[in-house]
Amino acid sequence: MKYHPFVIPFSIGLAFVMLYIVGMWAYWIIRLSRREQKIVWKRLFSFRTIAAIWESMMEGLFHRKIFRKHALLGYMHMSLAFGWFMLIVLGNFESRLYPHSNINPPYYPIFFEFFRHDLSPLREYEEIFTFLMDFFLLLVISGVMLAFFKRIKSRILGMRRTTKHIRIDRIALTSLWFIFPLRILAESVTAGLYNTGHFFTNFLGQNVIYNLPLDQLYYPAWWAYSIALGLFFVTLPFSRYMHIPSEILLIFLRKYGVKEKEHHSTFTKIELNACSRCGICIDTCQLSTNLNISNTQPAYFLRDLRYSQPNEQLRETCMMCMRCVEACPVGIEVVKIRENERKEHQLYSENSYNYLNGYSYPKAKVAFFAGCMGHLTPSVIKSTLKLFEAAGVDYTFIDKDGSICCGRPLQLGGQAIAAKQLIDKNNALIHATGAELLVTTCPICAREFRHNYHLNIPVLHHSQYLLELVNSNRLKLKKTDLNVAYHDPCELSRGLSITEEPRELLSKTVNLVESGKQIGKNSLCCGGSLGATNISAEQRRTIAVATVNQITQADTNILATACPLCKKTFCSAQDTVAIQDIAEILANNLANIKNQNPTKKSAEREVITA
Amino acid sequence: MGKDVAIIGGGVAGLEAANQLATLGYNVTVFERNAQPGGHAAKWDRLFPNQRHSHEVIDSLKSHLNGNPAIMLSTAISTISRNGQKFKLDAKGRAFEADAILIATGFELFPAERKEEYGYGIYENVITSAELEEMFAKNGKPTMKSGETPKKIAFIHCVGSRDEKVNKPYCSKVCCVTAVKQAIEVKDSIPNAEVFNLYMDLRMFGPGYEDLYKEAQQKGVTFIRGRLSEASELDEGRLLIKTEDTLSSCPLKMSVDMVVLMVGMSPAIGTSELIAGLGLHPNKDGFVDIADQHLYPTNTTAEGVFVAGACVGPNNITDSVNAARSAAIEIHQYLSKK
Ligand SMILES: Cc1cc2nc3c(=O)[nH]c(=O)nc-3n(C[C@H](O)[C@H](O)[C@H](O)COP(=O)(O)OP(=O)(O)OC[C@H]3O[C@@H](n4cnc5c(N)ncnc54)[C@H](O)[C@@H]3O)c2cc1C
Ligand code: SF4
Ligand code: SF4
Ligand code: SF4
Repeated sequence: MKYHPFVIPFSIGLAFVMLYIVGMWAYWIIRLSRREQKIVWKRLFSFRTIAAIWESMMEGLFHRKIFRKHALLGYMHMSLAFGWFMLIVLGNFESRLYPHSNINPPYYPIFFEFFRHDLSPLREYEEIFTFLMDFFLLLVISGVMLAFFKRIKSRILGMRRTTKHIRIDRIALTSLWFIFPLRILAESVTAGLYNTGHFFTNFLGQNVIYNLPLDQLYYPAWWAYSIALGLFFVTLPFSRYMHIPSEILLIFLRKYGVKEKEHHSTFTKIELNACSRCGICIDTCQLSTNLNISNTQPAYFLRDLRYSQPNEQLRETCMMCMRCVEACPVGIEVVKIRENERKEHQLYSENSYNYLNGYSYPKAKVAFFAGCMGHLTPSVIKSTLKLFEAAGVDYTFIDKDGSICCGRPLQLGGQAIAAKQLIDKNNALIHATGAELLVTTCPICAREFRHNYHLNIPVLHHSQYLLELVNSNRLKLKKTDLNVAYHDPCELSRGLSITEEPRELLSKTVNLVESGKQIGKNSLCCGGSLGATNISAEQRRTIAVATVNQITQADTNILATACPLCKKTFCSAQDTVAIQDIAEILANNLANIKNQNPTKKSAEREVITA
Repeated sequence: MGKDVAIIGGGVAGLEAANQLATLGYNVTVFERNAQPGGHAAKWDRLFPNQRHSHEVIDSLKSHLNGNPAIMLSTAISTISRNGQKFKLDAKGRAFEADAILIATGFELFPAERKEEYGYGIYENVITSAELEEMFAKNGKPTMKSGETPKKIAFIHCVGSRDEKVNKPYCSKVCCVTAVKQAIEVKDSIPNAEVFNLYMDLRMFGPGYEDLYKEAQQKGVTFIRGRLSEASELDEGRLLIKTEDTLSSCPLKMSVDMVVLMVGMSPAIGTSELIAGLGLHPNKDGFVDIADQHLYPTNTTAEGVFVAGACVGPNNITDSVNAARSAAIEIHQYLSKK
């Protein structure tokens, strides 16, 4: 006997979800652009596929990245995914090893204990199978209990708060939670009657629930289990659980090199579906931790974008600091998606910047760009130019008379058309100087130059260039015993992966003192972000003060930054600790000072190192 | 009677209140942390609205300081606490007692370095309005660092006022009229100088102030509605300033010889710590909170503690003097009932 009507709910659910997933995968793959399809085909039979399989396993089954955030949280995710996976795999093996026809309907392995009460034909494998099935069932149920617990007291699992779910998610979640207790019930009842289990279900069936009317519970228990499974499968495609199949496809596509473009694409759809609404992004976001704004993070933004349209408040309330990108276990490019969504609401026209004309600057080897933010911190410009003079750099200051903005602030606000106009003007300006290198003190500009300008000369952040000058002995520094903490600007650390150069540079002249874990790519945002236009000055200050407190200690003499915006933000928020750009610190500790007047350009002068 | 009143701060408000209270028969002591009495007003050259020399006002206020009221100079009060019916004041280990307290600690000039983009402390010819007063007092006209006479001067209104970014959202009230007064003085002392005032709104609230504005226009001062975005240095110490003329919505750039920052009035340093000992808190802008905006402008919510002058918010000398007299009456009523 391989059939009973109770399998119908499960079977319908399974058929539906399988068709849906395969259909969606096919649809998404067909809808990829020509170019994307091409690269996928080209790379299909390469080591990338093996890497993708490996990553799918590590992330899909073991949730490695979540483990890194919090062990118990990782365990919860792992026990559910891996435990369930093993139950399915083992069930299949078990039903195949059983000596009867090998053609089994799909539900058969799932409900094997219902159909086969005598497991002795499995011979020497009986013991090990029943043991493993019980073991993994126990593993899964421990995960379910933790998940349940997390809803009540999320802190124990390292989360300040959990995502607030919509109705469909709650239905899916509830049916998921019911699946395993019901399976335990069905298996324990069966074990109580027929001794089909092992240490767990046999124990429950024969020692705990043995005086219940087991034979009357038998059918209802299996029915309930099947219905819970069916319900979960039917709701899966419309709920957060669609992330399971979507994430697998996402991992493969990403390995082949598909990524977000300058506008929404099919890949975006896949990313939206791959968000599990785990809420890790909410916890990492300083808007939540410092300001209690906990409803605009990617978990909600992506959700609304998946089902319809996020409203303006949801779209705009974000500093684009990328902390959540760094933290997201699925690796979704949430900030790029938000930027693209903002682009759908552009205000500028083709000729918004027609008045910006008539700049010209002398030719030189190095073009120096301070940027709009740089012009708000003239002391940083002055210090940088002083260092250039001391090292005998042949430079030209290409936004000396006030700048044409690099375009990044507009870009972050989604105003791509306007940004393009600025990019074109700056491009011409840079080209005209004949420079072989572009140096900027602003990470925001540096990122824009590198990613959106397609320049044919290298772009260096001043921390990189100054380090080169020091290493080649063109700049000589005094060693002082100042205790300096360093703040990683978002656009420099997460945006450009530049975290070591500023530290190396500072270590040459001061005591670099790091405190806490919020450094490098996990650094905190200063709060000044140009990406958010709708948080108040007061709110920005709150973030800035919290950040300064995190990264400084009582004996910190200076908090060093490498971004004019961070400097401004920290300076106006507090005066407990002095804030200086790395260039200012270096200029103060310069040992080979010859020319004191940095504002005059040194034409073809010889290197004047001492 | 023989009751003791302690006045913290010897600016115009403190001095005027001291005179009134001494006349009413109280033993009054003014505590002043500077070596000179008179507070900020003593540093100004000539006063709006009538160009009267500031020392005339200060001298008149000081002329009563002959034992009662007494003044303790170079004496900064660091804490005040209630001690039974009396107050205990502490000045670096020295203790004093009083039956009533008047807080008249005034204001602090906004530290212009905090608007780094304006280049104060970085570019040599960016100065504050207070420094310009000094120049008028010393030379009768502004001079550049090089010793030359500036030919083109820009006054920048609202520096450290009406600016959320530096946590100073309020208007400092007197800097508009001060800027207009100083613009006229520049025009008078350097006849061919070009003078520009970059403002957000012109707040000419007092009697005679609007007339000053008219006079400035007649003398050729150019008023541009726009906030300075940044200044940068050109050769020979000249400055390039960038703004937007918001009346014509045009970005605007010009080079000038000197930039004068109209620094706002910030809460006096140490005052919030001082009043904390009396259970009082500063208001949201950091000034001393008063008991009632309309009816008790010189009372605080702490019994026996009164306020006058710029320590409750930006004001002019007239307001300070008025508040001082009002506070004297309140203190008199309080001590009479005691
Ligand atoms: C640039 C500028 C120009 C101005 N020009 C004019 C003008 O022309 N006409 C006009 O009417 N108004 C003018 N004003 C306004 C005027 O200066 C103020 O209204 C006036 O100074 C306020 O007086 P005050 O006594 O309240 O405060 P302050 O003058 O600030 O005096 C307070 C005194 O308290 C002392 N103090 C503070 N804390 C302590 C402490 N803990 N212990 C002991 N002593 C302490 C201080 O040292 C100071 O001397 C001008 C303001 C500015 C900024
Ligand atoms: S965006 Fe990433 S971190 Fe945020 S809820 Fe989705 S999967 Fe979790
Ligand atoms: S980019 Fe920054 S501000 Fe925006 S949601 Fe992510 S963590 Fe929060
Ligand atoms: S008085 Fe004028 S200059 Fe001063 S803060 Fe108010 S508006 Fe600005």
